[in-house]
Amino acid sequence: MFQRSIPLFIVLFTALLLIVAFFIPHKPFGDLESRFLNWYAIISGFTFLLGLDSLTRHHLLKVIRREKGWFYSLLLVLSLFATLTVGLYSWVKFSSPFALRAPFMWLYKYMIIPLQATMFATLAFFIFSAAYRAFRIRNLGATLLLIAACLVMLGNVPLGSSIWQRISQLVHLVFPNTRLDLLYQIELFAQIKDWLMAIPQAAAGRGIGIGLALGGIAMSLRIILGIERTYLSS
Amino acid sequence: MLHLHILLTFFALTPPESVLVKDNPNDQGQAIVITWTHPAPESLLGFRIFRSTSPTGDFTPVEPELLNRTDYLDTDTLLRDGVAYYYLIRAYSANDSASSAVAGPVIARAQWFNASRLNVLVLTLIISALFIYYILRARQGKQMFIRKISGLDAIDDALGRATEMGKPILFSFGLGYITDMVVIAALPLLRRIGKKSAEYAVRLIVPNSDPIVMTAAQETVKEAYTEAGRPDLYNPDNITFVTSDQFGYAAGVDGIILRERPGAIFWLGYFYAESLILAETGHTVGAIQLAGTTETTQLPFFVAACDYTMIGEEIYAASCYLKPEPVMLGTIKGEDFIKMLLIFIITVLVFFGTAATLLNRNIPSLQTVFEAIVNWFSPPS
Repeated sequence: MFQRSIPLFIVLFTALLLIVAFFIPHKPFGDLESRFLNWYAIISGFTFLLGLDSLTRHHLLKVIRREKGWFYSLLLVLSLFATLTVGLYSWVKFSSPFALRAPFMWLYKYMIIPLQATMFATLAFFIFSAAYRAFRIRNLGATLLLIAACLVMLGNVPLGSSIWQRISQLVHLVFPNTRLDLLYQIELFAQIKDWLMAIPQAAAGRGIGIGLALGGIAMSLRIILGIERTYLSS
Repeated sequence: MLHLHILLTFFALTPPESVLVKDNPNDQGQAIVITWTHPAPESLLGFRIFRSTSPTGDFTPVEPELLNRTDYLDTDTLLRDGVAYYYLIRAYSANDSASSAVAGPVIARAQWFNASRLNVLVLTLIISALFIYYILRARQGKQMFIRKISGLDAIDDALGRATEMGKPILFSFGLGYITDMVVIAALPLLRRIGKKSAEYAVRLIVPNSDPIVMTAAQETVKEAYTEAGRPDLYNPDNITFVTSDQFGYAAGVDGIILRERPGAIFWLGYFYAESLILAETGHTVGAIQLAGTTETTQLPFFVAACDYTMIGEEIYAASCYLKPEPVMLGTIKGEDFIKMLLIFIITVLVFFGTAATLLNRNIPSLQTVFEAIVNWFSPPS
């Protein structure tokens, strides 16, 4: 019985305390939230040992059992401990692993950052393949999405401005009374893009945002009042 | 000599004027706001603030650097609540300085209520009261309706397909922490998926970016396997920590997807720029993919790359949808009612604001009232 009721009581008490603390700046309530976050940061710092344990155990077992791809697991474990050793050496020798001349900093600058950048760069190719599928004309919704996306892209790149200048010249050719400089200034694609981003896109985004906020409040109330217990052990 | 004195007086530096000191409102004390004016602040090198506990006592500088503005918030750690302080401001030019009159006394105090958050309190009370009203109605046996959420309905189909293909299932919380609401909302879904995977004897892989989330996931899946009567199938080695680095995590999970080729993938949690990298890799191995996140900037990527996407608060409603107890559904009903109420308020304010702008010349007070309402709803400091 206590196995469930004690955690529920802790949740209720902590939640009410933090809600009250939000409105009371006076001590001891004022800095309660930051104090709780500090406790969380300390605990989560220690839990990284759990992560380290999980990671090394998982990959060492793969190496010992000679499972498929065991060599990569071995590389991972060796890299992990090499980074740790270099970090500790830098800490002792340069008083911080992030000192500019520290070997750990070299590792970070010339290995970790380029690897992160490489992974991030693959996003460009994935955007292309995802956009191809999303923009295929299958129904009215996909067609509208395609048109809107093309207009936003044209409004964002210099090519859009260049196309508009050509259109303006064509209009001027057909209607010579129109002033070419004024037509240039209209920058239709940029204006359509601004309107699409500021009105329909912002309205949809705010609608989702309001829904999320209310969903969050409902979820919080369910947890605080003990209605939502699915996160607890049975 | 007299002429020289008149000349010096004419060119003498003007001291700061209208020095106002007051306790900083809505804070936890130990803070005093000081404001002053100067006819030509741009001609000066700057100002220095001096503080003392006596109007005639020793004034010590509060800030060693010269200030190039006409307001200052004194939050010095030596400042004590309940003690009367006096301030004076000294203006500095290249070869002269001039002090203001002594301002004070002022006493710093901590407040028991943050008045700038009154709007939040009022709205919280109203919203909570409405939620509690609908929960009570549900408790009395009132029937509640919840619309179909296709993303949640597709869970069983996705699991069935992975089973038929003899492929594992992958579940990811993304870069979410246990403090993120969306991760807590995704845990019941993991439990449901875990239970089904135990029943179908399909391997469930959960790579994690946070050790606390990993521990919670391990416990949830273990419980689900026990609930399904197959605790023997539970293997903690399938629920591992990958890395807390964003793109390291993306690379790690991509590797798992390409090696294990899961039949169904669930992206339920907190995702950033790595969302599309993950979902597109999932697409390349032909997995049926279901996503749900509260990070609105990533929703378009999931919509483009996944088979089903839970938009907005749908993921928060998941536990109510999967376990439709009346009390749980009551909160969803309350949420819908508040949403309707907000739509009504926004519509009324749109018309009111438009009328206030159009009639501004004849009835200027309308604009004032409208701005007061908008300001009341604006977020607190």
